[in-house]
Amino acid sequence: MSGNKDISIENDVIVSSRVRLARNFREYPFPNKMNGKQAVEIIKRVSDIIFSSQDEELKNMLFVDMESLGDVDKQMLVEKHLISPDLARSTKKCAVIISKNENISIMINEEDHLRIQVIFNGMQIDRAWRLCNKIDDILDKNIEFAYNNLYGYLTCCPTNLGTGIRASVMLHLPALVMTGYIRNILEASGKLNIAVRGLYGEHSEATGNMFQMSNQISLGQTEEEIITSLKEIAAQVVDQEKNLRQELYKQNRIKFEDKIYRSYGVLANARSISTEESLKLISDVRMGIDLGIIQDISIGTLNEIMLMIQPACLQKLLGKQLDAEERDVKRAELIRAKLRG
Amino acid sequence: MYLCEQCAKEQGMYGFQMPMNVSNFFASLLGLNTGDFSSINPYVQHYQKIVSCNKCGMTMEEFRSTGKLGCDNCYEVFGESLKPLIRRIHGNVEHNGKIPSRLSNAMSKTREISRLKELLNKAIENEEYEKAAEIRDKIKSLEGDIK
Repeated sequence: MSGNKDISIENDVIVSSRVRLARNFREYPFPNKMNGKQAVEIIKRVSDIIFSSQDEELKNMLFVDMESLGDVDKQMLVEKHLISPDLARSTKKCAVIISKNENISIMINEEDHLRIQVIFNGMQIDRAWRLCNKIDDILDKNIEFAYNNLYGYLTCCPTNLGTGIRASVMLHLPALVMTGYIRNILEASGKLNIAVRGLYGEHSEATGNMFQMSNQISLGQTEEEIITSLKEIAAQVVDQEKNLRQELYKQNRIKFEDKIYRSYGVLANARSISTEESLKLISDVRMGIDLGIIQDISIGTLNEIMLMIQPACLQKLLGKQLDAEERDVKRAELIRAKLRG
Repeated sequence: MYLCEQCAKEQGMYGFQMPMNVSNFFASLLGLNTGDFSSINPYVQHYQKIVSCNKCGMTMEEFRSTGKLGCDNCYEVFGESLKPLIRRIHGNVEHNGKIPSRLSNAMSKTREISRLKELLNKAIENEEYEKAAEIRDKIKSLEGDIK
């Protein structure tokens, strides 16, 4: 996460923390029912507020008209979690405003008029909420949001009603996957109103043992209550994951170390490698760092590699379009170079 | 929605390979997804034909198939029929979180009024009529502010 380097709260299990708020203008229909003229007006009103704000961070943000982007650029923003796959696919007039350090992104005309999102490395969910709330306060002064006393903030999909909040943490859970206990976590989380999904949110696969946990309920509780309960549940999952790793390592030291060193060996020497295989191997190395088996690489380096090897990020980095085979070769080269330091 | 793993699998709602179908989900929650049912139920037929949002044109039919509403007014127009759905999603139908600044003043007064009303009832129960009269005056003045 190249943009997030300034906050190096490195955590092996909790990779990142994210909060997003859904908001709509009262006077306009939601994006699914608005016309092109209204879409343009909304984009203009939001960007005017952001760029005339007194806040240094906000007024220096970058405005991106989605129409001006090619497919690779859109995909890269998805890979960096700055926009949703839905916004990338949208055929409507839509935009995103991104902060310089890429911690903040404000999507305009996604499913709701506004999706205010803040993402930080490691466990920083409170900080993400505070910043999100601050941006919402600034917008609230200038926009009359769709709201009623019963349902709170009104959203296009009733699943986001009320606070409009979706708080999530990205967790790396290899030991839970290895032992199959992840099933229990998935079941238990559902009962506690916590959704667990793969790396890129809804409907995505859990590549490289990465899981996203988020609140399912947005109506009836306060924002703080929602965040606290997510934090508590995530903390329990982290404990279980850590204990299991220790247990597995104790049970069969050689076998465990062998697996980790083999993964490290392949990553450091492969001449052609797919994203999926890389992510699997990175997962092993990550766990190896946590257990003190591998000491010469940092979690931060792995985070950087994880992002840069994604298909679109890779092509942007190399400045050209590549087919899948060429990408695998370039990916392997990049990983080797990064691991050599 | 609480399903055990077995049931979830059977309904195709479990795991990352089988994303659930949002429109089926909403339709089943609204009890509107069976053709047979709607053809014999005049209430459902009425809803499908007549009710549409006068601000954005959203119909119940369209909401059923997309799971999405079209504007703030939809929540008024479809109000009562949305309630059971919202309760099943959130387990709640009352917002408790942040309030927009333009309303927070009025909202805190509304919350204060409901608190005073409880006190008023208690005072009457305890036959403390003088106190009750005081509380009633406070409520009246707050209600005047809101209007």
